[in-house]
Formats: sequence, C-alpha cells, structure tokens
Amino acid sequence: MSIPRLQLAHITKRYPAVVANSDVSLTVQPGETHAVLGENGAGKSTLMKIIYGSVKPDEGSVMFNGQPVHIRNPQEARALGISMVFQHFSLFDTLTVAENVWLGLDKRLTLNEVTHSITTKAAEYGLDIDPSRPVHTLSVGEMQRVEIIRALLTSPRLLILDEPTSVLTPQAVEKLFVVLKKLASEGCSILYISHKLHEIRELCTACTVLRGGKVTGVCNPQVESNASLSRLMIGAEPPALAHHARSAGEVVLRVQALSLPREDQFGVDLDDVSMQVRAGEVVGIAGVSGNGQKELLYALSGEDTRAAPSMVQVFGQDAARMGPGGRRALGVHFVPEERLGRGAVPTLGLAHNLMLTRTDAIGAGGWIHVRALQAQAAAIIQRFNVKAGGPNAAAKSLSGGNLQKFIVGREIDANPKLLIVSQPTWGVDVGAAAQIRGEILALRDAGCAVLVVSEELDELFEISDRLHVIAKGRLSPPIARADATVTLIGEWMSGLWHADVQAHLATEAAHAQA
Amino acid sequence: MLKLEPRPQPSQFWSLASPLLALAITVIIGVALFAALGKDPVRGLQVFFWEPIKTPYALGELMVKATPLLIIALGLAVCFRSNVWNIGAEGQFVIGAVFAGGVALTAGKTTGGWIVIAILLAGIVGGMLWAGITALLRDRFNASEILVSLMLVYVADMVLSYLVYGPWKDPAGYNFPQTKTFESVTQIPRLMAGSRVSIGLLIALAAAAALWIFLFRTRAGFAQQVGGLAPAAARYAGFSSRRALWVALLTSGGAAGLAGALEVAGPIGQLTPYVPAGYGFAAIIVAFVGRLHPVGMIFSAVLMSMFYIGGELAQSRLGLPKSITGVFQGLLLFTLLACDTLIAYRLRFTALQAGMKGAR
Repeated sequence: MSIPRLQLAHITKRYPAVVANSDVSLTVQPGETHAVLGENGAGKSTLMKIIYGSVKPDEGSVMFNGQPVHIRNPQEARALGISMVFQHFSLFDTLTVAENVWLGLDKRLTLNEVTHSITTKAAEYGLDIDPSRPVHTLSVGEMQRVEIIRALLTSPRLLILDEPTSVLTPQAVEKLFVVLKKLASEGCSILYISHKLHEIRELCTACTVLRGGKVTGVCNPQVESNASLSRLMIGAEPPALAHHARSAGEVVLRVQALSLPREDQFGVDLDDVSMQVRAGEVVGIAGVSGNGQKELLYALSGEDTRAAPSMVQVFGQDAARMGPGGRRALGVHFVPEERLGRGAVPTLGLAHNLMLTRTDAIGAGGWIHVRALQAQAAAIIQRFNVKAGGPNAAAKSLSGGNLQKFIVGREIDANPKLLIVSQPTWGVDVGAAAQIRGEILALRDAGCAVLVVSEELDELFEISDRLHVIAKGRLSPPIARADATVTLIGEWMSGLWHADVQAHLATEAAHAQA
Repeated sequence: MLKLEPRPQPSQFWSLASPLLALAITVIIGVALFAALGKDPVRGLQVFFWEPIKTPYALGELMVKATPLLIIALGLAVCFRSNVWNIGAEGQFVIGAVFAGGVALTAGKTTGGWIVIAILLAGIVGGMLWAGITALLRDRFNASEILVSLMLVYVADMVLSYLVYGPWKDPAGYNFPQTKTFESVTQIPRLMAGSRVSIGLLIALAAAAALWIFLFRTRAGFAQQVGGLAPAAARYAGFSSRRALWVALLTSGGAAGLAGALEVAGPIGQLTPYVPAGYGFAAIIVAFVGRLHPVGMIFSAVLMSMFYIGGELAQSRLGLPKSITGVFQGLLLFTLLACDTLIAYRLRFTALQAGMKGAR
C-alpha cells in the first residue's frame, strides 16, 4: 500500500464555547476522493482549516505524504500542495477577479500572465468568468468559480472543497464532477465536504462522517444507502415531508411584464417577467445565482419601487410603487437571502430584530412595549425551536441555521397572505432545513401563497407545486412539478426554454431536447 | 508574549470600563507631561481635577461649560448612531448664536420676558438651517456630509465676522468688532443667585432624558439607528434612509443652534468674533467618550468641561499655555479609541512559541 497523502491523528480543537473537533482521525490516499460528511456545526470546516493551516489544533498530528508537518499558515499549506475552496469566500470585494487570484499566487508573475492563465484554466474546465470584473459585482455562484479556478491554478496535490455544488446548476455540477474525477485520476487527492448524500455517493470512494465534532463512521459511500449515511450523520433519517395535492385558490401575486433596468452597473436587467402565485400553492423559481433573482426579489419585496405601478399586483391592487411597509400591510412577507445585515441587524438582539418587520409590540405614537416585544421573541424562539441565548441574544451570536429559523419564524408568525422566501435553507443543517421546508408546506396548506427562490433543485422539487426558471433576467413559463425533470430544468437554467416550450406545445412531450 | 484574541461576544464590562481606563491613561500621560514641562504633577492634577469642583461657584462654572457640550453631544449622538457624520456642529452652533443674537438685538427696554423663548427658537432654527444645507447636498448630490459640514464651520465663522465687523457693529463700541450688549431682559434665566448656571442645564438634562426615550423606547428611534447599524436591513424593513439623514442632521443642527443661543444670551451677552469656542468639536469627543449614550454623555460632558476649566486655570496658576486643554481632550479621545479594542478583543498572555501564527 502506498504512503497516504494525508493522515490526521487524534486532532482536537477547543474554542471558548465549544469543542469543534474531538479526537478526529482521517486518512486520505493519493488520487482518492474522500468525503467529509456532517451537518453544519459538526466540525467539518474547523477540521479543514486545520489542514489548511488557518487554525492550529490543540492536540493531534498531521502527516502529509508520510512526513509529519506543522502547517502554520495557508501559504505553507499551498507550498505543500494543499489548496482549498472555502464555503465562505475569501475574496476582496473591491479587487478584480484576476487581482484576487494574483494575491494567492507566486508574486513573480505579472497580472497579465495571471489573467491569461485564468482564461486558459477557465476554458479548460468550462468555468465561464471574466478576469477583469470586480468581485463585488459577481454573484455567489460566480465567486465560487473564482475560488475554484484559484485553487486549480496552484496545481494542488490535495484539493479541499467545502460545499462546492450549492451554487451550481445540475449540468455545472456534472461538469465539476468531470473536472474532479479528472484531477483524481491525475493523482490529486480530494477532500469533499458536503451534506448532499447523492453527490457523495456518486463522486467519492471513501467517507468520514462527523457528528458533534467526533467521527461517527468511516465507510465507502458507494456501497451505502442515503438512509444509512443519514443515520451516521444525524443519528436518524430526516423526516419525509408530506406533500398533499391541493387545489390552488385565488391569485395573490401577479407580476405582469415586469421590466427593470439594472440599478447596479453589473446587475441584471429584468426583461418581461410575468407570473402568478395563487393562495395555497408553492411556486419555485430555479436558476443559477446572478441571473436576476436579486433584482426580482428587490422588486417584489418593495426594496426597489421603480417599476410601473401595475407590474406587481397583490390581490389585484397595484403594488409596484409601494415600499416594504405598504406591502407588509397587504400581507406580503419576505425572507431575504442574506440573514445578517439584511434579514437581521447583527449587533441587535433577536427581540429588537422583530421590529424590522413586525409592529405587534408597538403602541400608540410608536412607543415600544419592551415586555411584549421580549415575550413575542421568546414565543417565536420556542415555536420554531431556535437555539439562542434568549430574546436578547445578538443576531450574530446565532448559527446560520438558527438565525434562519428565527427569521423564517418571524415572517411566518405574522400570518402572511404571501410569503416570499429566498434560499430558505442555504447553509442550514439537515434537521433545520427539513423543519423550515415543513413550515413552508404547512403555511401553504393553511392557504398562504408561497414563492420560493432557491438554487437547490432538490429543495424546489420537494416543496413546489409549480416551477419557473430564471436565466439572464428572463423568466421561463411555469411548469407543473410533476412534468419537470432535473435535466429539463437544468437546460432551462441556461435560458433554453423557448425551443422546449414550442416543442412541448406541438407534441405535448415534456422532454423535447433543444 | 501578549496576544490579542477576539472575544466570542463584545464585552459589556469593557464598553463601560474602557472610558475609565482611557481617563486613567490620560491622567498618567498628563502627569508625565507636567513633569516634562518642569511643573509639579500633583499641582497640575489638582488644577485639572480638584479646583473645578472645590467650591459651589467652581461647580457652577463647571456646569456652565458642560451645558453646551452636553446639548451638542446629544444631537451628535443621533447623527453618529445613524451613521451620519456631522463634523460641523461648531458651525451650527455659531449660526444658532447669530440667529439668537439677531433676535436679542431687537429687544428694547419694554420687551417682555417672552423674548427668551424667541431667542432659543431662533437659535434652533439657525442651527437647523445650517445643518439643512449639509443634508440637502448629501440628499440631492450625495456630497460627503463630513466635508460639507466641516467646511460650513468656516463659512459660519465668516458670517459671524462679517456681521460683527459690519452691519451689527455697536456704534458706541469704540470700533471693537462686537454688537452692543444685549438688553438684560434677553438674559437666559439663572437657576440661583451667585452662580451663572441657567435653565440651560435643565434643558440639557431634559434633552438627555428625551433622547433616551427616543433611542430606546420609540420605533422611530429604532428605525433611525438601524440605518446606521445595517443599511441593507433598514432598506429591507422599509425604513427610509433619506428620512434618517434629515432627522439626524436637523436634530443635531437644532441642538447645536440651541447651545449657541444659550451661550450668547447667557454667559456672553453679545455677539463677538470669540463666540466659537470649539464646543462643537469638543462635543464630538463628549459623544464618543459617553458611548453615544445619554447618561454616559452627561458624565463625559462634565469631564470635558473640567478640561476646559483646568486648561484656563493651568494658564493662570501654572503658566502653561491654554492649548493644554486641547492636548488633554485629544489624549482622552485617542486613548479611548485604543482602549475600545478591549471591547471586542481580550489580552492573553501566552508562552513564547517558536513561530508566530499567521496573522489571519
């Protein structure tokens, strides 16, 4: 047997409030694609940061190619041939793509050389990116492409990928898998961090499962089932969601020929977007990020009021010129994609964050009834099972999943007539995600109209009654979930629905190829 | 080896202790400064921290100077909490004084006591107008409110100079650049005989209470602050950023103008080129040392006032230049900024290690 590429032995890392890793051992062979599976908060990211040198373990040893190593910083890790694509991107917003990549590379290269190699590498792996664009204008998906290209440019011997597929189309995921399989066949080892079981079973040949900072299993995912992996990961299988057929009611939201020029220079123009959401149905909008979702949601939430009045109607009433407060009065509630800084004020307590969208505890003259506010926050914390230090815990002290539960809870608790949710479960652990989806379905069954914008197709297929796809600022016609397939939606994500729709109308065949 | 380590939560303790530590460090540096200047450090400290509170009269003087500082700082706190950087309270103070002075000059022998109300209102209006220019330029043209408000300080000084050297100069004033002394009916009512403390102090304390209620007990105050803490969240909630901008600048402008009115119709009693005493700038320090909190600012205003009086005493008693006041104010602000590090970080003593961890 060859020398392992990477061997971790008895790694322990303690933080003031939590033990992130406890006695974790892990072995990766050369050319092996090794999955690290676990929920958010299971300690996967900390373990990877230890390997990458950005966090120092309290105990334990690291061996690379059979040699004991003390990786003190990411530069040393890169020098050894370890590259990492983080889940939370480490890019400078104000610099361009090429400048960001340049920062992590050999300083002797010129910017032009770097730009050239980005273009070459991008073409080789089919990762479409413009090296001269400033990072702050990129979508989440595009930022990840930059991170992947940056990692590939260092010709790594061990590539660490942290939840890489959450922002890719199914076709792009397949392309990425082709890239990763090619890399592995060239002898590069891959550590693949994910909570998506089918991806791991397709791609990986070995798997280490973490739960609560401890290793709960080592297995070959290709011979395991989703259920068995799930049991290792969360100790139980996620509850199956009951999705009852239900006839939709009156039209709650009507978007008519909504066209909006971009606000931001690098944004997306919305072009002739039309759709309806009825009471008692969930409409999903799929698409790769940066295709107009942000702009559409701004126009729907009231954060952008430039559209002509009748372009957005709620219960038949022109609403496009109303601000968020006016729309809330009509029963429109919105959960934004960014939790910290938009959905919640990071430094304020949960109770105060209620006042962003709720006025229940506010009396005459705008007086805040502090007791009532606290009680309301405590009730939401309890009802939605939010793990928080109480109603006054700062929003930023909560984990992503718990804050999301609180924000979703805040909006659901308002008994909305129309709930618009963006990325309901991005970065949320399996248990919390199932809970949030369950709440959304319960709301639908209670007669609320729900619009979900998500990049996770699995999720949309699980909860939607009808689907749209958004691509380059334009919206596809709706398709019933029963008629939709992953392949079809994936193609529509590239904007190829026109031929499909024509063919569909002509032949009634749902799978016509463009 | 000393190491700074991020705290899991910002420390409540240090957000209160940091100003005290900053004060202690300022005092230590002050002692070193006195020693370096060849003065007795104990005498120096006495002049700054004991003499201003030694007698009832001295205490009164302390309050006379603390009043405008507190009123201006209260207004600035609204600005800074909403991320609007009004640096020009000094200019708003001066224009407030000019407006108030204009009204006071109309008073004659037969004018009633209502003139005081008119003077105070004129001061508020003047300050609001001056800050309104900044708000308008920011709102319409996105001009930096920092630069505009600061530049308008110098314009305000020019306006004052023009008036006291020109149209408003006292004809019987031996050509001194000053207006005639205001009629005694315009004098802001004093609280007691034998002290210059006026109802301005009560107004300042009432304003502090009002600010506390606005910030922590009203939805409008909450909306005002969200714009400063997280602009995207304010937009999401539907809180108008334009409204927040205007409220912030008009409030702080009005407060500074009110302070200006209380000064000219109070201790000064006429318009002179020496109306601008730097209160508008010192109040920025008062606001931050007081943590932008109404109660904290009451204490920091008194402290700042001590530095003013101490500086004047140091001039007469120790023969030090008056600019020692500015040195102390600056020292306090800088040490505070340094000490504030302890709110988000803690110091840890760790054993020496072979290599330092990468600074990430």
